[in-house]
Amino acid sequence: MNALASNAKPRVAPTHSAGDETVGPIEQFLSFWLDGQEYALDILRVQEIREWAPVTPIPNTVSYVRGVMNLRGAVVPVIDLRLRLCVPEQAYTPQTVVIVIHVRGDDRRRIMGVVVDAVAEVYDLAPGRITPPPEVSAQGLENHVRGLVSVDERMLTILDFDRMLTAEAMAVTEGAAS
Amino acid sequence: MDLTEFLAPFFEECFEMLQQMEGDLLALDGGDTSGMAERIGSIFRVAHSIKGGAGTFGFSRITEYTHKLEALLDAMRDGSRQMTPEAVRVLLETVDVLRDMLAAERDGTTANADEIERTLTIIRQMLNGESIAEPVSAPAQPAAVLAEDLPGEPEAVEAAMPDDAFEPVVAAPPFEESPLEDPPGWHVVFRPGDDIAGQGSDPLRILRELAQLGPVQTRVLDDDLPPVHSINPRRNYLGWAIALRADVPRDQVEDVFAWVMDQAEVSIEPLGAGVEPAPEADASVWGESPAEFVSAEPTPVPTPPARVGPDEVVRPGDVSPQAVAAPAQPAAKPTPAAPAPAPASASAPAQAPTVHAVPARAAAAAPGGDAGGSIRVGIDKVDAIIDLVGELVITQSMLGQFSEEVERDGFEVSMLQRLKDGLSQLERNTRELQENVMRIRMLPISVAFNRFPRLVHDLSRQLGKQIELKISGENTELDKTVLEKIGDPLVHLVRNALDHGLEPVDERRAAGKPDTGTLRLNAYHKGGNIIIEIGEDGRGINKARVLAKAREKGLVGADEQLSDDRIHELIFAPGFSTAEQVTDISGRGVGMDVVKRNIHALGGGLEIRSAEGKGTTFVIRLPLTLSIMDSQLVVVGEQTYILPLMSIVESLQIAPDFLSRVAGRAEVYKLREDYIPVIRLNRIFNIPARAVNERPLLVVIEGDGQKVGLMIDDLLGQQQVVIKSLETNFRRIEGLSGSTILGDGTVALILDIGGLFQMGRRLENRKGAAA
Repeated sequence: MNALASNAKPRVAPTHSAGDETVGPIEQFLSFWLDGQEYALDILRVQEIREWAPVTPIPNTVSYVRGVMNLRGAVVPVIDLRLRLCVPEQAYTPQTVVIVIHVRGDDRRRIMGVVVDAVAEVYDLAPGRITPPPEVSAQGLENHVRGLVSVDERMLTILDFDRMLTAEAMAVTEGAAS
Repeated sequence: MDLTEFLAPFFEECFEMLQQMEGDLLALDGGDTSGMAERIGSIFRVAHSIKGGAGTFGFSRITEYTHKLEALLDAMRDGSRQMTPEAVRVLLETVDVLRDMLAAERDGTTANADEIERTLTIIRQMLNGESIAEPVSAPAQPAAVLAEDLPGEPEAVEAAMPDDAFEPVVAAPPFEESPLEDPPGWHVVFRPGDDIAGQGSDPLRILRELAQLGPVQTRVLDDDLPPVHSINPRRNYLGWAIALRADVPRDQVEDVFAWVMDQAEVSIEPLGAGVEPAPEADASVWGESPAEFVSAEPTPVPTPPARVGPDEVVRPGDVSPQAVAAPAQPAAKPTPAAPAPAPASASAPAQAPTVHAVPARAAAAAPGGDAGGSIRVGIDKVDAIIDLVGELVITQSMLGQFSEEVERDGFEVSMLQRLKDGLSQLERNTRELQENVMRIRMLPISVAFNRFPRLVHDLSRQLGKQIELKISGENTELDKTVLEKIGDPLVHLVRNALDHGLEPVDERRAAGKPDTGTLRLNAYHKGGNIIIEIGEDGRGINKARVLAKAREKGLVGADEQLSDDRIHELIFAPGFSTAEQVTDISGRGVGMDVVKRNIHALGGGLEIRSAEGKGTTFVIRLPLTLSIMDSQLVVVGEQTYILPLMSIVESLQIAPDFLSRVAGRAEVYKLREDYIPVIRLNRIFNIPARAVNERPLLVVIEGDGQKVGLMIDDLLGQQQVVIKSLETNFRRIEGLSGSTILGDGTVALILDIGGLFQMGRRLENRKGAAA
């Protein structure tokens, strides 16, 4: 925990010179597909990956909260990342998975499930290779994106779930009792 | 050394001991003269133990306070002061002050300095044999009186506790600002142990080294000095209390003692924490430099002021806590030729059994105790769980063996019985284990009841009523969380009963009742619930007056006729009070509704039984635990929801004729003689109901003192559910109190009755606005 916290700064800090690439430890990222795009997140935040299974919907919550699932006795909310990132909705396929992650914020750690199209790969990346997201970005995505990195000519978007799934974001209600 | 990990148990224990002290005092107050001496002794030990503990942790103000208290109690113990009713009252006040001081230390707040001062002044007056005058403010007492506190009592006041501990109180500066910080320096207590010479250390060398750090004032602690004839010249019987007036870091002081730390008792604490040796004390014992007390060493009969019990000089730091816990030993008693800790630890277990056996040099690197709450569990409960786990393991291996057999030999129908037996054994083990694990969180209701003897004592005095408190069923257990939350409502009900329920003596006489009113607290288990009864034999609820008041406030229509129960229920309406005059104790009309709401929030219920002229009894019904709930499963559309069984009044099939709209807004249902509002769960939750449902059901639920019909599609079974918070990983959702996991592994949401009511009302209002 502490080690991670102290690492946090250099990881996010923008770096432009090639020399920085060797600075800092190598980090691992899990990537996944969403609407033809490859995204990634810090693998240390991933607890497990599960098949999609129907969840219990929660009344009067924001639509991207699909509901809650039973994770070995813990009641865990499940977020549809397509809906969260305003990507067109799509029927779930056998490849659809729930990535169970740890989200930090409000002085505590919560467990959440994130529904994505499919998991892809695990990458070893030097934090220096991650560039900050461009200032102008559609749909306010810069709040959700930790940075961009190119791997084999492809662009990988590294997401920041701590900022994306804050308590405030979850507290949005839609059409309560109307 | 880090003592913080022992802080939480220390506070816990102090509060327990104060509770006990309070109980003893109340017994004395009740005129119970039997065992007076034992009770005073027991009270004395409480004060003494707290003093010792507070000293260990460096709570010098508490140490000072309890020290004075102890002096008074000691005088009472030996009969030189009487335990009068007045004294009991004062001592009860000191209990409050001590609670306040302890709570202040625990929470890092400030204790009420005025109260401390006031009670100290009274204690001093009592010690001096003066009549107790209630000082209006901090009185300017002549300081000279203090020195003669208890002449001829060797173990008493003046010894380790310097006289000037009193002076800040007497002189103008408030207790708070007694000179704690300055001058910088350290107060060191050094007891080298009797074999220090045999181990090759010279205490004088150490003292000289200490003197190099700065000016020192030293006092000899000769309380272990045996009678002259039994002195062994090779042994050391002395200790020293040293005030080092030098601004040096603690490490530097510790270094001086580095070589003898293991054999000697050394405590080092900041100077000024109420323990500095008074410089004006007897010159024959006090020396300005280490060289001088060499001459004091052989003194066989030390001057009285220097005589102290071994416990009185040991101070925080590395001191053996046994010594701290030990009761004061009359110093005049010939102490065996052993170092201080030995007799102290021998007597401590016998006389102060409640004191934690804190290891003298506990692991220093232990993390600080946090306030996250702990629970003391009886060893029998733990053993029961261990036994059950053992059984569970046996069952598991039995089933494992069975499955191997099936794998090897194939399954035959004849084996089914064995499988069934194994599974039913597993089920029994699981259930028992569950029950026993729940019992860990169970505490006796006496924890909540214990405060009432004092409360009743104080209030009866305040109200001028004679009240006898009868408590029964105090060993009935309930969940710690429930217990913590029921305390305040109980206090409220008791206050209410004393203030409004029980009549003054003349009124009781006129009614032909005994002068003394009775307040009964009773608790018992009844089918998964705990029932708590608070009853008195007072005047009962005056129905006519309640009804008149309710009509006046517009709560009840002028012609409306109400049943007795409904009238009784009225006192729970917000802002309702029939008390003719608002008293300190109750009568503002806030409260009864809050009480009821709190109890509902715990998933419980509150009833009143009252007979005019005979008395009123409040009956609280609470679930034994908040983590398991009896529930009813209901279906709306595709979803299964869970209703607390406790809130369900009845369920019925909807007769469409009885369902109507009031002014195009709220839906109501005619339930016998009443109309009750209807909430359609699918509407407030924005979920589809069954498209075709011939037989929708209405579940009548009760909460917040009102009944509502909840329209649902179907009822499933009733079952116990384990409550899981939604907030752990998500957040609170209006209308839901939590979730649970059903037998098929899916999550089901638990409905929150209060929340549903509010949502229903909002929905109506919005409809009204739209119409």
